[in-house]
Amino acid sequence: MLWYTGKRLLQTIPVFFGATFLIYFMVFSLPGDPIAALFGDHPPAPAVIDQIRAEYNLDKPFIVQYFLYVGGLLTGDLGTTFSGRPVIDVMVKAFPITFRLAMLALAFEAIAGILVGLISGLRKGKWFDSSALVVSLLLISVPTFVIGFVFQLVFGIQLGWARTTVSGDAPWGELVLPAIVLATTSFAYIVRLTRASVADNLNADFVRTATAKGLSRRRVVTVHVLRNSLVPVVTFLGVDVGSLMVGAIVTEGIFNINGVGGTLYRAINLGEGPTVVSFVAVMVIIFMLANLLVDLLYAALDPRIRYAK
Amino acid sequence: MSQLATETRAENVSGEEQPLLQVRDLEVGFETQRGVVSAVRGVDLTLYAGQTLAIVGESGSGKTTTAQSIIDLLPRNGKVTAGQILFEGRDLTTLPPAAIEDVRGRLIGYVPQDPMSNLNPVWSIGFQVEEAIKANNVAQGKEARLRTIQVLKDAGLSDAADRLKQYPHQFSGGMRQRVLIGIGLSAKPKLLIADEPTSALDVTVQRQILDHLATLTRDYGTSVLFITHDLGLAAERAEQLVVMYKGKVVESGPSQEILANPQHPYTQRLVSAAPSLASRRIQSAKHADADDPQIYAGGSTDDTLIARAAEREQAAPAKALISVENVTKMYKIRQQGFRSEKLLAVNDVSFGVQKGTTTALVGESGSGKSTVAKLILQLESITSGRIEFDGQNVAGLKGAELLKFRRRVQPVFQDPYGTLDPQYNVGNTIAEPLLAHKVGTKKERQARVLELLDQVSMPSATRFRYPGELSGGQRQRIAVARALALKPDVLVLDEAVSALDVLVQGQVLNLLTELQTELDLTYLFITHDLAVVRLIADNVCVMQRGRIVEAASTDEVFDNPKEQYTQELLAAIPGGDFEFGR
Amino acid sequence: MPNNNSRRQDHFVAALEDTPIAPIDKLDESQKARSTWADAWDAMRRRPMFWIASSLILLIIVVVLFPTLFTQVSPTVCHLADSNGSPTGGHPLGFTRQGCDVFSRVIHGAQASVTVGVVTMVLVTLFGGTIGALAGYYGGWLDAIVSRVGDIFFALPLVLGAIVLMQVLPARTAVSVALVLALFAWPQIARIMRGAVLSARNTDYVTASIALGVSKFKVLVRHVIPNSIAPVIVIATVSLGVYIVAEATLSFLGLGLPTNVMSWGNDISQARTSIKTSPQVLLYPSAALSITVLAFLMMGDVVRDALDPESRARR
Repeated sequence: MLWYTGKRLLQTIPVFFGATFLIYFMVFSLPGDPIAALFGDHPPAPAVIDQIRAEYNLDKPFIVQYFLYVGGLLTGDLGTTFSGRPVIDVMVKAFPITFRLAMLALAFEAIAGILVGLISGLRKGKWFDSSALVVSLLLISVPTFVIGFVFQLVFGIQLGWARTTVSGDAPWGELVLPAIVLATTSFAYIVRLTRASVADNLNADFVRTATAKGLSRRRVVTVHVLRNSLVPVVTFLGVDVGSLMVGAIVTEGIFNINGVGGTLYRAINLGEGPTVVSFVAVMVIIFMLANLLVDLLYAALDPRIRYAK
Repeated sequence: MSQLATETRAENVSGEEQPLLQVRDLEVGFETQRGVVSAVRGVDLTLYAGQTLAIVGESGSGKTTTAQSIIDLLPRNGKVTAGQILFEGRDLTTLPPAAIEDVRGRLIGYVPQDPMSNLNPVWSIGFQVEEAIKANNVAQGKEARLRTIQVLKDAGLSDAADRLKQYPHQFSGGMRQRVLIGIGLSAKPKLLIADEPTSALDVTVQRQILDHLATLTRDYGTSVLFITHDLGLAAERAEQLVVMYKGKVVESGPSQEILANPQHPYTQRLVSAAPSLASRRIQSAKHADADDPQIYAGGSTDDTLIARAAEREQAAPAKALISVENVTKMYKIRQQGFRSEKLLAVNDVSFGVQKGTTTALVGESGSGKSTVAKLILQLESITSGRIEFDGQNVAGLKGAELLKFRRRVQPVFQDPYGTLDPQYNVGNTIAEPLLAHKVGTKKERQARVLELLDQVSMPSATRFRYPGELSGGQRQRIAVARALALKPDVLVLDEAVSALDVLVQGQVLNLLTELQTELDLTYLFITHDLAVVRLIADNVCVMQRGRIVEAASTDEVFDNPKEQYTQELLAAIPGGDFEFGR
Repeated sequence: MPNNNSRRQDHFVAALEDTPIAPIDKLDESQKARSTWADAWDAMRRRPMFWIASSLILLIIVVVLFPTLFTQVSPTVCHLADSNGSPTGGHPLGFTRQGCDVFSRVIHGAQASVTVGVVTMVLVTLFGGTIGALAGYYGGWLDAIVSRVGDIFFALPLVLGAIVLMQVLPARTAVSVALVLALFAWPQIARIMRGAVLSARNTDYVTASIALGVSKFKVLVRHVIPNSIAPVIVIATVSLGVYIVAEATLSFLGLGLPTNVMSWGNDISQARTSIKTSPQVLLYPSAALSITVLAFLMMGDVVRDALDPESRARR
């Protein structure tokens, strides 16, 4: 496990530099004036432009610019927003809210998704399975922002069960509805993945052997079928953190949550290019760390990975 | 319940004894898209306490289905549709699920076929054994752990205590099979169902494990129900025999009696095709028809033909067609960290193959026999040494020279399901080498395909078929036809018949022998199965850990093995010295 | 061990009439020859889902190519007097906030959304598929580079990467949005193709073809690619829907197609201002988008089941 962890950590380093370089390259090396492009239709005052030029070291050679930029990323120097606040301050304040939202969503999609997927897989071809399959297809085909609007309309406005916007400090209770919106697409994917995996494992030789040992059906299903089916689900969760981030931008935008996603959403709407880029860069780093964590979890779940050379 | 049975047995020493297991008129069906397909049709069998019974048959005969239905292990679409399974007088087919759970493991143990897929990869070995012990209430708590170690020790894992925390992928196939046997016997059941328990293992390991299993079941007084395709194993290990064919019992009774004097035409066919040490080399006698529905003799014993073969052997020219000299192949295996370990897959191997003869390369897994085949085929490069074909050094051939060599030396591989591209029909598959070497016009190529199909005794309509529609044996015949397309001198047959049922195997071996005489082919025959070697080879090289330990003519190796390893291999063949009635 | 007479089992031989013997390994010539693709087609057309999905896809194609077959009303001639108006004669779905005909906008909006999806899918499949196949087949340094570059792109989730690039992109058109999406989506197909090619490369039939003297490149084209294309077809079908959703999400964020281009994403995005008063303005383009995505998802599912030999064997 130690060896695997070390190897995996080492692999993260080139990806980190590659990904940040890619972002930086896209923004600052494409033809045309990056500053003009970043601000689009709302060109700032010349003083601001000069300040940003200096901030991003645009007067220096490209590769030096990049390393100064990465240095900034690593030390928390992410520039300032248009209103003059350091991006890192905004980030620090917004992050806990998004973290709570994401945890709620993850918990919901994992628990409900695995449960529904398990029952589906065990009753392949029966009505529960067929309806779960249809519902999951429907959920995947509706974009998150549409689900957000519909939930806001139905639960917030028509039924009045929840607030349509979340208050500044985002208490847990108010985050439930946005978390469900955020989780729907991934929930559907997890249902499908668990179902396929459970159905496969049910036919596995080792499950038959476990039955032959004299284990109860319950134990066979939980200890052998479900336990083995969790491995691909955990792998999926790693990739899914990425879609959760995009979903967070949309969901926090709709429910007006003061999290990372909501801030990014407003920055995009206001055309605050530099802030958008800083936020995305930080999100990409978090995504990489989350993937690292999930890979370690994956290794913990599957000894074949843990002991692989 | 168990006490009751013991009493019954004791009581009945003089009178009628109740059988431990009695299957009556069993019918099993599988639900498929095309309706219910019946897999077992009216099977009867009887097994008394302490006895060993073997069910033999080809794949698809229903032998595994019969065994699985006893403790309700059938796949989800399978169902017992009629008949009774009486275990100690109790009908298992009518038991509720909870009661069957109680029978499984505790009264009836099960040892599955493939050790690689039957242990859960994510749980440790100790966990998986302990789980069985606890479920059958053999022991609980700390006691269960101690019992686990004992069970594994009994199954032949001497360092069991240290290996409890290890995972299946850290165990070899033989070790895993020992674990599975340990699990099956952990509750000292009255009956053990062993479904091909050793067919995935090397012969020497197989022998050890079967011996061990026999000792344990004798000690525990456990009856054994063997499922096997191997008649030798049945002859050697089972008192009772049931021969199944297409879901029905064709013959049953005392095993030695049946095998020495088979009555049903199917059993006769099976027995005559079973390769054993007593077999003789197949001679090309142009059987009337390989598909003859009546009995055909797989191993001909025609003495004159043997004599002719012996003459041919002596008359063979001194210069070998293929000569392998001091060939070594080393692989570097990446280890944890930046170290790499060297693996000597082939170590200083030398041998020659005479034109028109068959040389067998025999060895267990990891002996390097298949690597030698790849080296000769120029699919891998040699580390050192020299390989000559027809007087020319072939190592490192390139371009047109390599193409010329490929034309003359063709391979046939082991896995009938992997050897043909599933997207290509048979005609295109056989024509592919012709196309690659730009031989003939389209019309000529088509004619050649028909000719080749005829040579491998397949109807001409086969050319429109896709591999998915053919059986394993048929695919191997197509693979042979493809290999013959360019009229090569040499065929390298890498375990080409190992995956086939014995009758089909006999048929392909006959075909190969006939083609050899007809086309003056030279064979390099790679196999792990010594019994098959006797049927087809003129000369044998026995390989062990990358080296050739013994090389001689087939008769010499079989009748007078010089090396200890060869002797062990021969002794390990199940039922090797049994005289089958032919 | 008791070995009394009651244990003696008779030598039973079944009557030959009950157990007739078939010839060994004879080809069943009564069946018609079938290729794997013909088999897959057979498996597909038996599923109602296939017919639903293909009719929907056909309908979508017709809507995209000939929108005027469905509506004569111009989607861009709007009267503020009709703002958020209810359905009336000739305007079955009512009006938007700007007073445009909703039905007409749904029909005409298909073009942009579907174009982005299709162009992205084609680009990703061609580029990612080729790169993945070459990397998996030839291995070595090419594989090492492709895998590492793929890892880097994988660190950028599709829409997140697109947000950055769209932020600085000077011209936003259907094609440029598709190019941006493709830039971040190709590694997925490349990975899948690489994996499939790797396993096909190690089969006996590939080794056999090489040993028969077929050139390495021809083996790739004739044997390896045809046998590894199935998962790519499935993923390409499914991801067509995913790309349409991605474009809509970008439009929702204001980073997709410019607001003057008619697309479902833009219409949904603009409709949110009137969600409380007239939710139907939001629902209709959303429904159109979801049905399109659903059609491709269902098609992908059907194709997967049909091409997966394991699931076919189980039936």
